[in-house]
Amino acid sequence: MKENNLTILSKVLLVIVGLLFIGSLFVPMWRIELDAPQYPEGLMLQLHANKIGGDVDIINGLNHYIGMATLHTENFFEFTILPYVFGTFAFISLILVFINNRKAVFGFLITFVLFVILSGIDFYRWNYEYGHNLDPNAAIKVPGMAYQPPLIGYKQLLNFGAYSIPDIGGWMLTGAGILLFVVVLKEFKFKKSI
Amino acid sequence: MKNKFVKAILVIVLGSALFTSCKPKNSGDAVSGDAAQRVYVAPGKYDEFYNFVSGGFSGQMSVYGLPSGRMLKVVPIFSQDPESGWGFSEETKPMLNTSEGFIPWDDQHHLELSQTNGEVDGRWIFANANNTPRIARVDLKRFKTAEIIELPNSAGNHSSPFITENTEYVVAGTRFGVPGDYENGDVPINTYKENFKGHISFIKVDKESGKMDLSFQLRLPGVNFDLSHAGKGKSHGWFFFTCYNSEQANTLLEVNASQRDKDFIMAVNWKKAEEYIKAGKGKIEKTKYAHNTWNDETHTGTSVIKDEVLVLDAMAMKDICYLMPCPKSPHGCDVDPTGEYIVGSGKLAALIPVFSFDKMINAIGKKDYEGDYEGIPVLKYNSVLHGEVQKPGLGPLHTEFDGKGNAYTTFFVSSEVVKWDIKTLKVLDRVPTYYSVGHLCIPGGDSKKPFGKYLIAYNKITKDRYLPTGPELTQSAQLYDISGDKMQLLLDFPTIGEPHYAQAAPADLIRNNGQLKIYDIKKNNHPRVAKGEKETKVVREGNKVHVYMTMVRSHFSPDNIEGIKVGDDVYFHITNLEQDWDVPHGFSIRRAQTAELLIMPGETSTLNWKPTKVGIVPFYCTDFCSALHQEMSGYIRVSPAGSNVPLSYSLGTNLPASSTK
Repeated sequence: MKENNLTILSKVLLVIVGLLFIGSLFVPMWRIELDAPQYPEGLMLQLHANKIGGDVDIINGLNHYIGMATLHTENFFEFTILPYVFGTFAFISLILVFINNRKAVFGFLITFVLFVILSGIDFYRWNYEYGHNLDPNAAIKVPGMAYQPPLIGYKQLLNFGAYSIPDIGGWMLTGAGILLFVVVLKEFKFKKSI
Repeated sequence: MKNKFVKAILVIVLGSALFTSCKPKNSGDAVSGDAAQRVYVAPGKYDEFYNFVSGGFSGQMSVYGLPSGRMLKVVPIFSQDPESGWGFSEETKPMLNTSEGFIPWDDQHHLELSQTNGEVDGRWIFANANNTPRIARVDLKRFKTAEIIELPNSAGNHSSPFITENTEYVVAGTRFGVPGDYENGDVPINTYKENFKGHISFIKVDKESGKMDLSFQLRLPGVNFDLSHAGKGKSHGWFFFTCYNSEQANTLLEVNASQRDKDFIMAVNWKKAEEYIKAGKGKIEKTKYAHNTWNDETHTGTSVIKDEVLVLDAMAMKDICYLMPCPKSPHGCDVDPTGEYIVGSGKLAALIPVFSFDKMINAIGKKDYEGDYEGIPVLKYNSVLHGEVQKPGLGPLHTEFDGKGNAYTTFFVSSEVVKWDIKTLKVLDRVPTYYSVGHLCIPGGDSKKPFGKYLIAYNKITKDRYLPTGPELTQSAQLYDISGDKMQLLLDFPTIGEPHYAQAAPADLIRNNGQLKIYDIKKNNHPRVAKGEKETKVVREGNKVHVYMTMVRSHFSPDNIEGIKVGDDVYFHITNLEQDWDVPHGFSIRRAQTAELLIMPGETSTLNWKPTKVGIVPFYCTDFCSALHQEMSGYIRVSPAGSNVPLSYSLGTNLPASSTK
């Protein structure tokens, strides 16, 4: 048995990771919940791998008061590539079972972590862009006010409370990351101890 | 001597003052204990029940929450409503069409919630129009009038819109005997006995859509049909109607229609009537009546005039209708939840007769008749009577049930509600009302499954109950707790119009029935909809101008229109682009001759306007919609007739120089 081979448990975990990646394509990844006195039922913006969902039309309608640009799926190149990225990740996770090499798994984990960091930066960049690039002719102008939603967590924006958290898909990706990490941890610790 | 006389006078005056000051107080502080707590619904909390209350001479229906008595909405049905544009917008005008043209008002008396298996199902509520005989169906997903059907051969429509236990039929009995539309009506009034007839309509209701269809009418002797209720359970298949003026008087009815000791409750075997209709015993008669339906996808009403109706001569059939003698000028006709007991309320009687369905069937089987009335068998009073409630009060009108074996009857003359046991006929309790109570309502109280927690009494007179408002005082309802042995007054609350009958149902049943929050703009098939600002336009067709306009927070598109001329006939077809709950917009134009419009999210509505003066005419949103609501407005330039100002329209840009002349 070669030193770099994976245990059966790791292979099973890799299959689960692959399924989580595939699953995340069909459910929203991220959500921004908004509530205000006149929206007691709350408004929600949901980011899927391939589109913006939720109450987009209502939120776009409200954006014009402060001069924020309206949101449209077609304005984000991310939605055209993300499905392929996750598809590829799923494919890699399954292929790794056959490659059967713990170093390759480690390499994939590093790639995934880098992807997550890049995505975070990209998300922040968009939030900044939408929150700061306001129409100078907007009806409501509050000196010094920007409407950038939080990257993660809660922030009050005028009358709206904005709460930005992962949605089901996001939690599935998180789970995939954790499982990958567990596989790497197990493999390297276990092999060393032999 | 003189002194003694003065003293004597003084003694008499003081004595009588003392005596009169001791007379029992009326009304006063009738509410005691924790009543306030029991009707208090904290801010943000919902009421337990919806209460749908007839609007009387307002022609509308109002909706209240119980136990708080807070008014939630007025639903326009038979009367034009300038607040919402009902009956003023082009789309809603057909809903108020009749065989004699546009009739924009009525006198709305009774309401009936649809039922399945004898239980309230929360889908629709039916309403009668007492003056121009009509029945309406209000859709409770939208709280909007969905259908109005006119009734031929009828004059006054009082004993309606009562329903059978699966909403198979809505019935409507004519209040006034008159010659049928298919007979010569140009007859001397004093030939009432020969020439006047009564017709009762059976309107079939589609199980799924609720759509109504005038299925058949029964031709009956000319009497006044007053109120009715369907049998239920064992008496399903029968309908009961009270009749007064069995004297067939045609003048000074207050005397001449009160001569006989007993009038009747008429029992109708409608299943038998169906059989006769199937066997071809009915006759198609010429008439004219309007059938108006609302389409939720085109947001438009359509009025169709129909010209015939199927009439079955019940007097010739002998085994469809039977008369039960009922003392004296009976009014309410109420069937208990088991379907066994039929309570008649003789307005002028000093007792309440309660009839037994089993005894009635028995008597019919044995042909236990005391004679006939214009061909309709009259059963013997004692053969059909379960018993009489003795000395209940004065002027019994209406009875509802709590589902625990008790009946509650209102007394108009003695202004009280009396609780009695249906089986033993013993009076159990009585409470005063303020004043001259008519109908009463227990949620589900005329169904198989009453929710016997509250009772609401609807009063005709409210002297001393509220702050005075000139000669006319508010109309009123009163809420009683009937969950214990003793009824307890909890609350007075004002109502619109004159409340007659009402219905109530648990709040969850109505609000979880698939309530609509918005109209889906993708399903908006109005022929002149503009589904986005890009689709807005102004089109001239001769002297008609069609404006395809949209509204969204916080502007109209277009908001500058030029080239309109005096004498034009302008139609504003306005679509509310919002897809957000509770964001209607309003539309009004300076000196609009009709009303404003109130347009729901995703809905299209049309206002007709005929400019008569040259000048600039502003229009604006009438429903405070956003922080920039005051800015939601626009201008129309009206030029003289024959002017050559070109038709133009815009939003966000000023018009080209060519139009600045």
